[in-house]
Amino acid sequence: MTQYGGDQFPDGGNALAVEDLHKSFGPLEVLKGVSATAGEGDVLSIIGASGSGKSTMLRCINLLEVPDAGRIWVGGELIRMKNKGRKGLAPESARQVDRIRSTVGMVFQGFNLWTHMTVMQNLTEAPLHVLKLSRAEARERAEALLERVGLTDKRGHYPAHLSGGQQQRAAIARALAMEPQLLLFDEPTSALDPELVGEVLKVIRDIAEEGRTMIMVTHEMAFAREVSSKAMFLHDGRVEEEGPPAQVFDAPRSERCRQFLAAGEF
Amino acid sequence: MIELHGYGPLLVDGAWLTLRVAFASLALGLVFGIIGATAKLSNSVILRGAATGYTAIVRGLPELVLLLIIFYGGTQLVQDIWRGLGNESHVDIKPFIAGTFTLAFVFGAYATEVFRGAILAVPKGQVEAAYAVGMGRLQMFHRVMLPQVWRFALPGLGNLWLVLLKDTSLISVINLNELMYASRAAAGKTHEPFKFYLAAAIIYLAFTIVSMIVLQYSERRSQRGVRMG
Ligand SMILES: Nc1ncnc2c1ncn2[C@@H]1O[C@H](COP(=O)(O)OP(=O)(O)O)[C@@H](O)[C@H]1O
Repeated sequence: MTQYGGDQFPDGGNALAVEDLHKSFGPLEVLKGVSATAGEGDVLSIIGASGSGKSTMLRCINLLEVPDAGRIWVGGELIRMKNKGRKGLAPESARQVDRIRSTVGMVFQGFNLWTHMTVMQNLTEAPLHVLKLSRAEARERAEALLERVGLTDKRGHYPAHLSGGQQQRAAIARALAMEPQLLLFDEPTSALDPELVGEVLKVIRDIAEEGRTMIMVTHEMAFAREVSSKAMFLHDGRVEEEGPPAQVFDAPRSERCRQFLAAGEF
Repeated sequence: MIELHGYGPLLVDGAWLTLRVAFASLALGLVFGIIGATAKLSNSVILRGAATGYTAIVRGLPELVLLLIIFYGGTQLVQDIWRGLGNESHVDIKPFIAGTFTLAFVFGAYATEVFRGAILAVPKGQVEAAYAVGMGRLQMFHRVMLPQVWRFALPGLGNLWLVLLKDTSLISVINLNELMYASRAAAGKTHEPFKFYLAAAIIYLAFTIVSMIVLQYSERRSQRGVRMG
């Protein structure tokens, strides 16, 4: 294993490790010291009540939110941060951040497909302009992914002409087109009409089964229990429970986690 | 065909100059507008204040007054700077430059608002998705922000362009022989003001109609992916 000295990632975190993340929005302290690890091939589900900090934690991993304190390793590489005193942390190198982001796919609750591009253009945009693939390679990748998510006949459509489920499948394909080492899902089915949830979960399950490392914030408890290798329950900015899904979902040690699952108000 | 007593070529030259001034003002005005909008949306209090002052001044003053101030004031300023650098000679600001600058200054102030609104209209998620795949700031701006800003800004900019086309007639007061100036000259010489002003009106109208057709086409193009159908 590579020796990082003091920057060595915590055990079991060769795909992702976060250590003691803190994040406040103004006076509101959203993350109060969160740590987590995922090894290659892990599927880590993050559950918890609304407002507990799940999305914020996920967004810190690819620096869409910059944490106030804490450390993040992606694929064993520490994201270098500099201290700006009272203002907290800032990434030391924008280039490192861009490079790491290009290896971390993100699927958003609101899809966020680029509205001025067709589905095909959405899928080839970053491979062409970030990875600098040739047009032929980018198209080939995109075609294979469209086939996989069942959108081959929609390649020339604009996102506005697709259903929510189709948009989210396209967004997942867009993330996969970068061949990421790590995939982040931020409540991928929460914005969907109930009858469209299934088609998206099916695609996500399919990806999980091929052994991709995934971190997933979700309210789909049954699904999370089924596909995860690890689960974590956040409460009020802290990790309240973590372990194998059988423990977290069926026999949680934390009383709060038990109550949360029993209430069923996700 | 209307008998123009040999003044036809004068009008054609004038019309051509009008178009040149209008396009030059548009180009410069768009630059002012993008800078203004960026300043208005920046974190710096000074930049925001400057941009707000800029738009307030242009909105508050009649364009003719602005034109005269910039023309005479600008000439004086350039003169003073020129002399201040130790030169003895006299410099002129060409009416074309003063006129273009003024029209661009006015256009830019209104375009500032149009661009500001358009930038704010681009959903945050579009930008985050660009960062999330590893695009840098410039790439994000160029590939994701700008195409959508255009889409939102185009209708507003189109209206400003139509106003700008007509406002070019104002710069006849600083003796630039664009279409309006040429028509007045011809009207004076021939004592047939109605005929020549009518000719000018027809030419302005033709410019406007062509502009509207082009604008409608580009708006429809830019809306691809937004409207159903
Ligand atoms: N950009 C932001 N600015 C201010 N407050 C925010 C921002 N993002 C999230 N929050 C607040 O942080 C808290 C945690 O949000 P979030 O991480 O989205 O929780 P969860 O995903 O668990 O529902 C919420 O109270 C939310 O309102």
